[in-house]
Amino acid sequence: MEELEQIVRILPIENYLVLSTILFSIGVLGVLMRRNAIIIFMSIELMLNSVNLLLVAFSTYMQNATAQVFVFFIMVVAAAEVAVGLAILVMIFRNTRSTDIESLKKLKW
Amino acid sequence: MGDYIFYFLAFLSIISALMVVFSKNPMYSVLYLVLCFFSIAGHYILLSAEFLAFVHIIVYAGAIMVLFLFVLMLLNLNSKTESFKTPLWKFAAICSGSALMLVILASFKETQNFITPGSPPATTIGTVKNLGTILFNEYILPFEISSVLFISAMVGAVILAKKELD
Amino acid sequence: MNMYTIFHQISGNALLLVLIPLLPLIGFFINGIFGKSLSKTLSGAIGTLTVAISFIIALTLFWGLDASFSPFVVNLFEWFSVGTFKVSMGFQYDQLSALMLLIITGVGTLIHLYSSGYMHNDDGFQRFFAYLNLFIFFMLVLVLGSNFLVSFIGWEGVGLCSYLLIGFWFKNPAYNDAAKKAFVMNRIGDLGFLIAVFMIFFQFNSINYIDVMESAKGMASNSPILIAITLLLFVGATGKSAQLPLYTWLPDAMAGPTPVSALIHAATMVTAGIFLVVRSNVLFSLAPYTSEIVAIVGLITALFAASIGLRQNDIKKVLAYSTVSQLGYMFVALGVGAYSTAMFHVTTHAFFKALLFLGSGSVIHAMSGEQDIRFMGGLKKKLPITHITFLIGTLAIAGLPPFAGFFSKDEILAKVFMHNPIMFWALAFTSALTAFYMFRLYFLTFHGNFRGTEKQAHHLHESPLSMTLPLMVLAVASTLGGFLGMPAIMSNYNGFESYLSPIVSPSHGEHPSHMFEYTMMGVSVILLFIIIGYTRNRFATKQVIPVDVSEESGFAKTLANKYWVDEIYDTIIVKPMLFISQKLHQFFELQVIDGAVNGIGRLTNYGSQALRLIQTGNTGMYLIFMVVSIVLILLFNIIS
Repeated sequence: MEELEQIVRILPIENYLVLSTILFSIGVLGVLMRRNAIIIFMSIELMLNSVNLLLVAFSTYMQNATAQVFVFFIMVVAAAEVAVGLAILVMIFRNTRSTDIESLKKLKW
Repeated sequence: MGDYIFYFLAFLSIISALMVVFSKNPMYSVLYLVLCFFSIAGHYILLSAEFLAFVHIIVYAGAIMVLFLFVLMLLNLNSKTESFKTPLWKFAAICSGSALMLVILASFKETQNFITPGSPPATTIGTVKNLGTILFNEYILPFEISSVLFISAMVGAVILAKKELD
Repeated sequence: MNMYTIFHQISGNALLLVLIPLLPLIGFFINGIFGKSLSKTLSGAIGTLTVAISFIIALTLFWGLDASFSPFVVNLFEWFSVGTFKVSMGFQYDQLSALMLLIITGVGTLIHLYSSGYMHNDDGFQRFFAYLNLFIFFMLVLVLGSNFLVSFIGWEGVGLCSYLLIGFWFKNPAYNDAAKKAFVMNRIGDLGFLIAVFMIFFQFNSINYIDVMESAKGMASNSPILIAITLLLFVGATGKSAQLPLYTWLPDAMAGPTPVSALIHAATMVTAGIFLVVRSNVLFSLAPYTSEIVAIVGLITALFAASIGLRQNDIKKVLAYSTVSQLGYMFVALGVGAYSTAMFHVTTHAFFKALLFLGSGSVIHAMSGEQDIRFMGGLKKKLPITHITFLIGTLAIAGLPPFAGFFSKDEILAKVFMHNPIMFWALAFTSALTAFYMFRLYFLTFHGNFRGTEKQAHHLHESPLSMTLPLMVLAVASTLGGFLGMPAIMSNYNGFESYLSPIVSPSHGEHPSHMFEYTMMGVSVILLFIIIGYTRNRFATKQVIPVDVSEESGFAKTLANKYWVDEIYDTIIVKPMLFISQKLHQFFELQVIDGAVNGIGRLTNYGSQALRLIQTGNTGMYLIFMVVSIVLILLFNIIS
């Protein structure tokens, strides 16, 4: 543990910035590329986690615990969102026999 | 030593995240996502936010991912039922995704480094006691409200997923 | 500022002065708002009494007023101020406005009284009195205004009331056309007035009469700006006072009830132009070019209208052309610089022309609405009072001593002679024409045999007292009014001229020799008797009845058709204007404006048709758009 705590001494915060950005972009990529609504959901979770990671990194580097409290709240919201979102997906599946978002095209001119 | 661990964890999380997106079978996606969450939890420990790391594993890996798995199995989704976008679509998605990444990274170039390195960080900020103190003093009201959010989300989920009684 | 403070600040005479225009306004509001619930008697009484009280107040103020009286200005409140340009709602009381007040309220009272008899069977009785009171109010504001803009309120107001009263019987489209014609013609003049006011402010930095006249006194004669200002003021005056080329509305204005013709189109409103010129006589004195134009226009109008009057068969039309002609006389007087003489003629003309119009109204009343003199005749036995008073009016306008018209007309002729003999002869000829057509009218109407229908003959009766009383009062005034301003040879005191001397610069030029004046009077009286004899012989004894317009020939046809001026205006102004409007409507309105409006609508429609295709319903597409947009926004931020 003693050595692990030195991480803030060894690495600059830019590393975490880049890592979070890459994870976030992968999340966006997933949202754009996949047609399965559940995978899209998971990509969104990925994006949320990248943001969480960045918040925790800043919290540690700046010695401010408030950011970690924020992470709690984000987790709360994410959990609630997943619960409701998956329930909606189940509903959709029940109606269309599929979770493909391409089949949800009725909302247009 | 710490930097190697960081690079390893970073590599692990990026690879597993990519696998989440690119796996053909949704089931694998979920499992890779669990792996990704674990690596992120490792990052939390590296950043001396141990409590958060455990909460993260419990909530995400334990609760949310199980929910995902449960839904997947319930709907019986696998690689046979999975449909994919056309190559052109995929190309456009990769282009815009990497463009977003590049633009965000480019915008970091402009920012000034406001972190003053050198000072030995206190190790106490990530402890349960410290976080609890802050959460139940400064953020007691949002905390309570989030419980209301949970309740409503639960009620909503139940109502939505329930079969119609007719 | 509330009314209390206004009245608190002004007291005594000033308060009385404010009451003069205020009373008719109150009368207007009472008759206008509660008119329907008032009885005709009460309504007429209110209308008449308010003006009558105003007259008494004006008389009280006038008492003791002489040349030594210095004008006072009552500022009620500041109307508006723009930068250094401050206009206050103010009244100015001096010799000129005092005189006009007396004429307006005096003649106005009599005509109100007359109207209560004349209009008694009309459904719009209360409305009529409301309009009349409003007219009196605006006319009083016009003459009392302490600056050009306050006068302009009155100026516009009388135009409005004139419109309302000419079109009083609005169910007849021809009357409405006449009202519109009067309004439009007046607007042309009003524009001139308004531009003149702008230029006056530009030049003098004030529009108060006193300030403007003070600073104008130091200006060089004939400066271009002064000529421009006076010319524009004169344009305004030609509109209101029915001079060439804007006179055609006045004969048509006879469509209104006869008391209106008497009040507005003979005694008061048409003299507003004269009043305006006299008010700004300092400016006109400094612009001899303009004065010359004023004189020439006046002269041509006088001659022109008098010659038309020779061949008119409608009793009111004859009087209308005679009014135009007499107004021309006044403008000639103004043009030669005899401002007080012009005002003198305004006064006497107000008496005898109101008398003649009211007399004609009485005749029309008796004839059940018949206005054509060819179907009258022999009315003198049936309408004795009307006959006598009408005769007095005719003698007054023809200029027989000692009636009022003689003095004022004689004075104008004398002044004109000193200015330009050619003008004098033309004007003298006009005078003879006037006498001719007036006596033609008189003999055709009151002498000879009755030429109307049996029914009319049976119905003939003298008018009630409310109508004959004003006639008698005006007849007395027409008889004695001339003595207000005796010519120099008869009395070395000319009351009128010395009374107005603080306002107008004394008429320049010496008086003609006494010998000439006596000769002129003698010749004119002899001429007058010859004319009377001729017309009596022709129209009363031989009973030659004028033929219809369509049967006239030669020059008489031109006269009967009023020189075709209306037709000419119609051809060169109205028709091209309608034609251009039509073309503009077809091209500009329908294609350009409508095209633009419809085009915008169509463009939006097509644009929406194209844009809605973006809305595919494909969530992936939306997400791509979203990400690309975020990228672009961030990119823009980085680059800039």
